[in-house]
Amino acid sequence: MDIIVCVKQVPDTETQIKINSDGTGIVTDDIKWVMNPYDEFGVEEALRLKEKFGGTVTVVSAGTKKVTETIRTALAMGADKGVMVADDAALNGDGYATAKVLAGVIKGLPCDLIFCGQRAVDDDCGVVGATLAELLGVPNVSLVTKLEFDDGGSSFTASRPVEGATLRIQGALPALITCQKGLNEPRYASLPGIMKAKKKPLDEKSLADIGVDASEAGSAGSKIKIVKMTPPPERKPGQIIQGETPEEKAATLVKLLHEEAKVV
Amino acid sequence: MANIVLAVAEQRKGDIRKITYEVISEAKRLAESLGGTCAAALLGSDMEGKAAALGAYGAETVYVADDARLADYTTDAYTAVLADIVKTVQPAVLLIGASVQGKDLSARLAARLGVGLAMDCTAFEIAGGALLATRPMYAGKVFGQFSLEGNTPMMASARPNVMPVNEPDGSKSAAVEKVAVNLDDSQLKTKLAEMVPDESGRPDLTEAEIIVSGGRGMKDGENFKILEALADVLGASVGASRSAVDAGWRAHKDQVGQTGKVVTPNLYIACGISGAIQHLAGMGSSKYIVAINKDADAPIFTKADYGIVGDLFEYVPILTEAFKKVKTE
Repeated sequence: MDIIVCVKQVPDTETQIKINSDGTGIVTDDIKWVMNPYDEFGVEEALRLKEKFGGTVTVVSAGTKKVTETIRTALAMGADKGVMVADDAALNGDGYATAKVLAGVIKGLPCDLIFCGQRAVDDDCGVVGATLAELLGVPNVSLVTKLEFDDGGSSFTASRPVEGATLRIQGALPALITCQKGLNEPRYASLPGIMKAKKKPLDEKSLADIGVDASEAGSAGSKIKIVKMTPPPERKPGQIIQGETPEEKAATLVKLLHEEAKVV
Repeated sequence: MANIVLAVAEQRKGDIRKITYEVISEAKRLAESLGGTCAAALLGSDMEGKAAALGAYGAETVYVADDARLADYTTDAYTAVLADIVKTVQPAVLLIGASVQGKDLSARLAARLGVGLAMDCTAFEIAGGALLATRPMYAGKVFGQFSLEGNTPMMASARPNVMPVNEPDGSKSAAVEKVAVNLDDSQLKTKLAEMVPDESGRPDLTEAEIIVSGGRGMKDGENFKILEALADVLGASVGASRSAVDAGWRAHKDQVGQTGKVVTPNLYIACGISGAIQHLAGMGSSKYIVAINKDADAPIFTKADYGIVGDLFEYVPILTEAFKKVKTE
């Protein structure tokens, strides 16, 4: 089974996010960059499938040169090779433009199955997976929490939580799966894994190499354009409920929720 | 050509889901800003009878695609049929609800149509004939406004529980137009084998009006019983922080937070939750937040509208009784 895993480098979720001076992006100094948590589930699932069915796991990413770190993390976990696009023209793309670049890379690789995270925790869009599947002409199943293959490794049943239920969806390879929390517990890279990762192939491709024009990638190729970024709306300051006894405080709270907030 | 704002309805097992009314209501408002008309698309099997009633919320015409293969949602069938409807109707704007289904459908459909998509938006406006969509990013630490200008249609998905639903006007009935369904079975690459209902019987967290949530302060999975009892009285759903989920006390699907669910209830009651940035990201847009925590310095109190500094094991049962009394009055 030849598996591709798309990974994105994103700010760690602890990061304090600051809007830049022209209000169209965030300040990127002093950020701790990590692999998008949902992509880790993809790497892990790919490694388990490789352990079961044999084959290769290739990790693909687009970004600045820094994405090398994220790819090496995946290689240290056990992936076989990495391919990255660090062309400046590919930066700051929306879901469509990003998928275009990833598709350009993947078209040149043996591929039975593609994993993407269900969304990236920076832009929170969740658009790349389905767009990539469309560009590659394969079906997609999103938000998967369990993936089971038949013995031949060609058809699968995927579990997908929806509101109030879990769907069991059947499909066959080639396909693209987007990974949701609960799919697996990603392994930590071992020290021998980290050492081995340094020697694994990591190819760098330009947009020209993958047949994508600069006008189709990055902000130039984006179909939605950022107008401005603003901080979240301020909440009104709250109050700590006072009272002599717990019963009194509880009664006050219930009264406020009933009469003031009117939510109960 | 009239500026049409097309709202995509969502049904499950023949019942129209509430998010449909939110999306139609918003589509109606946008149509008015655009000086155009609001329409809806309804896909399913034997759904024609439910179409005219969508007029009560603002849809003037409902395009109905009726086929046994549309009874249950599949990405391939719905994307293909909606793409056909878009070709026929040529809407200026297309709005879908950002439910699990809506997020899946909108992403594949936008790619099929070769247009941009603003996903999971909390506000819309029309400026110079273009749709501007505002959406939370970085787990709600930043709000980004995006322009969909240059796309036909301009597509966006609306976060559930945010857009106000219009007062339904029963006298307004939508015109119903049946569309031809051109689907080849070979296009349908995935199949729904089974839908397994959740056991809780409570609304999904992303759609709940009231959520009672527990964190590390719950000390044990067993103790969530007291939150379930409170939830029973309030008709609420039960959520959990990452600590509680990682400890194995609650399932992943109950997690509220940056790597869990983003919720928008009218009331969020956080019990024994300290209020880490990632948790606040998931519930920070709740209309009202109540926090119960022993630690007066817990960050959750900076976001809470009403805070009780105290032992949740003492307060939750007392509150349960107090709410019971209010509910019966």
